[in-house]
Formats: sequence, structure tokens, C-alpha cells
Amino acid sequence: MSNEVVLGIYVFILAIFVGFEVISRVPSVLHTPLMSATNAIHGIVVLGAMLVAGSADTLLLKVLGFIAVVFGAANVFGGFVVTDRMLEMFRKRDGDRNA
Amino acid sequence: MLDPRQSIIAIAYVFSAVLFIFGLKRLSSPATARSGNQLAAFGMVVALAATLLDQQILSFWIIGIGTLVGALIGTYFARTVQMTAMPQMVALFNGMGGGTAALVSVAEFLRLSRAGETISAGEAASIALGTIIGAVSFTGSIIAFGKLQEILPGKPLQFPLQRLINGLLLLSMIALGFFIVIGSAGTTGLWGLLALALLLGALFVLPIGGGDMPVVISILNSLTGLAAALTGFVLHNQMLVVAGVLVGASGTLLTLLMSRAMNRSVANVLFGAFGAAPAAESGASSTGNRSIRQTTAEDTAIALAYARSVVIVPGYGLAVAEAQHTVRELATDLEKRGVDVKYAIHPVAGRMPGHMNVLLAEANVPYDQLLEMDQVNGEFGQTDVVLVVGANDVVNPAARDDPSSPIYGMPILDVDKARNIIVLKRSMGHGFAGIDNALFHDEKTRMLFGDARKSLTQIAEALKTA
Repeated sequence: MSNEVVLGIYVFILAIFVGFEVISRVPSVLHTPLMSATNAIHGIVVLGAMLVAGSADTLLLKVLGFIAVVFGAANVFGGFVVTDRMLEMFRKRDGDRNA
Repeated sequence: MLDPRQSIIAIAYVFSAVLFIFGLKRLSSPATARSGNQLAAFGMVVALAATLLDQQILSFWIIGIGTLVGALIGTYFARTVQMTAMPQMVALFNGMGGGTAALVSVAEFLRLSRAGETISAGEAASIALGTIIGAVSFTGSIIAFGKLQEILPGKPLQFPLQRLINGLLLLSMIALGFFIVIGSAGTTGLWGLLALALLLGALFVLPIGGGDMPVVISILNSLTGLAAALTGFVLHNQMLVVAGVLVGASGTLLTLLMSRAMNRSVANVLFGAFGAAPAAESGASSTGNRSIRQTTAEDTAIALAYARSVVIVPGYGLAVAEAQHTVRELATDLEKRGVDVKYAIHPVAGRMPGHMNVLLAEANVPYDQLLEMDQVNGEFGQTDVVLVVGANDVVNPAARDDPSSPIYGMPILDVDKARNIIVLKRSMGHGFAGIDNALFHDEKTRMLFGDARKSLTQIAEALKTA
């Protein structure tokens, strides 16, 4: 196994611990926004799509890359915007919403 | 040593990974949650900007147009979606992410094979798994979206030999994956794998009932995270691994919490086809023809007006009747009279975990009035009136007292401990579990039948003269 693969596995496992640790602190009040925010974060895969689309040298790869970028960008932008819309509505007693 | 450009990209990736983690950390309180989401979004911008510096990218045209199109579509839906439709929105975006992961894996395999580069077994395995998981998540999410949006029938769709067919699909995918890893399958093999995975995703979700879709979405969400992490292995990109795994972990945790709140195992949700045959054996049939006591809006108004403390228990029926604003107005009127008003939220109230909190927040209910199950259960004993609006199974004492009940063991709101209970309900119909509710026959319970919004409006009217 190459060093890089070993490093990848390290990162993979340590990230599992970080993920569980951070997310177990989120109260159930916020579980819908949490799901929506993490949904947006996995849109990070769009950067893989960008690398594919940017380096494509055949028509097939260009088409695949384009569809992947569209899907990924929709995931990222839609996810963060809709989460923001939800969280904007959570207000304390005194703060009146101006929307 | 990396060249300067690669170093800048690497540092930017580390920075954005840190931003993601801090962003998620800030989601642990409603006061900081919005800034947390914005922090994560900023992390995303940093990561995407850094990627554009990559020398592998020769042309920016496809990236530019693709991002623009995707961003416009995503933002449009995100801005216009109703809050009640949030589960299907998450499903749709999740499907997009899964599709991206599968396409990236396939494209990378095509590029490597064409360039005649040797593909290591590790890379090939990551590509095969990324393709499978991404594709299953894509079609699975689309079917889940269709069910929640009621384009497809919500009830479990079963077909003969369903488990056998799914099993065979899975086996042939494993076999095909093996040949891809040892390098003897070629690109045709990978296309075949993609097709089989797309089919499996659809067949896997079709037999699951609409009521279980939130659990399915949560699972698919963590699968997409995993697929993103696998593409990270393919592209040697640690940033993708970190972000993907964070999502995978959170999705897994949420799935477990949700199944626990429904008192069912994840396997039961996935393979049980709950609701296909309604739980007819309904153990507590002895409660079948016990009497119920009806009440009027006027009497309800008086009971509420002269109570010291009122707890409102909203269920999905409230959201269906779009009565969130009406209930909030009623609560404000009561507070003006000096009544202490709180809301008790069951973890699975609504159509996804925490959904009810979002719906009430939309109606301007301050979040410090929203109590979680564990906080509120000790308080019911001192509560004068509980107003149950469109909730059923989550307040059924049989879950606590009757071992023969199908929902026995499910954590519930101990509403029956309060001094008076008023239940607003459309009819005597059964809840999602299809069983009788002993609470409705309790001596302290009064039923007020009718559309939740109409009833609440009538109560608010009567309250003015009470």
C-alpha cells in the first residue's frame, strides 16, 4: 500500500470521530437544518466534477463533466440557501422577524 | 516538495475543512446556527476557488456554464420551496450530489483507461464503490422525492420476488466490481455497474412506505457523503474525504436517532414495508368501543383562558391544515392573559426529525418556547391544559403501558399526566401506525373534531369574550 492510501485511511477514520463528536451535540430542534446543511456540504463533490470537466478532452467526458457540475452546483447552492432560509426563521422571543 | 500553486491549494483545502467543522459546531445552538451555516458556505467557496487554480484544468467554459446553470436551478428551488416540503427538497438535492459522485467516478475511470495509465486496485475499488453508492443514492433519492411529492403512490409498492431480485442485483454488482478491481472488466464493465446500481437504487426505495421516507433520506444522505469521500480517494483529494465522511457520520447518527424515536430498527424500516399490511392485530382492541367525550370551541376557550399553564402538542396534522400561524396567534392571546404557554415537540413530529420546529419557527414562535420531549415530560404533571393539535401516535399511552401494542416501547410525550387534555382532530381516524389511542378515551380528555385551523380560529374568537 502506498503512503498516500494509508494517509487517506487515517483521514477517513479521524473524520468519523470528528463527525460523531460534533454532530451528537446538535439538539433535535435543529435536526432538519442539520440534515440540510450536511446535505449541502457533500455537494463538495462538485470540485471533483470541476476537475473532470476542466480536463475533459473527449466529447463524452465533456458531457459527463458538464452534467456532474450542474448537479453538484445545484446541490451546493440549493443546500446552503435553503438552510439559511430555515435558520433565519429561528428567533428568540423579543427579536421580531422582519421578512 | 510541492510547487507553490499546489501548496496554496493544499492550504486552502485545510482551511475550508476547518471552516466546515466550525460551521457544524455552531449548529449546536439556534442562536449561532445561522452563522454556522454561513461559515460552512464560506468554506465551500474557499475550496471551490482553490480547485480552479489546479493546473489539471485546461478550460473553464464547461465549469463556468455548468456552475451557473446548477446554481440558478438550486437557488430557485431553495427560495421558492414551502417549509412543509422540506423533506423532498433535501431528497432532491441529495440525489444531485449522489449523481455527481457517480459521474465523477465513471469519468475518472474513462480518463485513466483511455490514457493507458495503470489503475491500481485501490483506485479501481474506490471507483467501483463510488459509482455504486452514488448511483444508488441518485435513483433512491429521486424515488423518495416522488413519493413525498405524491407523484408516486406513498404506499409501499411491492412486486413478486422483490428480495430475490434485489439480492441477485447486489450479487452481480459485487461480481462485476471484482472484475473491475482486478482490471479485466474495462469500461463496458463500469457502465454495466452504473446501470445495475441505478436500477437497485430505485427498486430498493419503491417498497418503502411514504411515512418512512425521512429515515430513507437520512440514510441516502450519509451514502452520498460516503460516495463523496470515495471520489476523494480516486482523485487523491483529502478535502473530499474529510467533508464526505463528516456528512456520512452525521447521516448515520441521525438515522439511528430517528429509528430509536420510532422504536424500530433501521433494518425494519428498510425491509419491513411498514404499512403494507396495516397492523390489524391491534392488541388493544379492548379499547375499541369505549366512549369519548366531545367538547366545543367555547368550552375549550374557557378552559384555556383560566389555566395557569398550557402546553401545545403539535403534530403533522397541524402542518397539513397549515395552522401554524393560527396556533401561534392563539398562544399570543393566551400569553396576554397571563397564561404560561409552551410547545412540546416529539422528535419525529412532522415529516423529518426537527421538521415541526422549522414549521413553528416559520410562524414566528420563539425557539425558547419549543421544548424537547425529555425537557417537557417532567412538567406535564403540573400542566393545567394540554392542547393536542393533529398528533396521535406520539401521545398514545399504549406505547408506554401496553406491551401488546405494536408501538410499545416508542418514547412518547406523557400528555395523559396533565390535569386536562383537549384533542383537536379531524375525525376518529387512526394515526400512521393504524392503531387505537387510549388517550382519546381517558376521563380527562375532551375531543374537539374538525379542521385544525377552523377549530383554532373558533377558539380564538371565543377567547375574546371569555
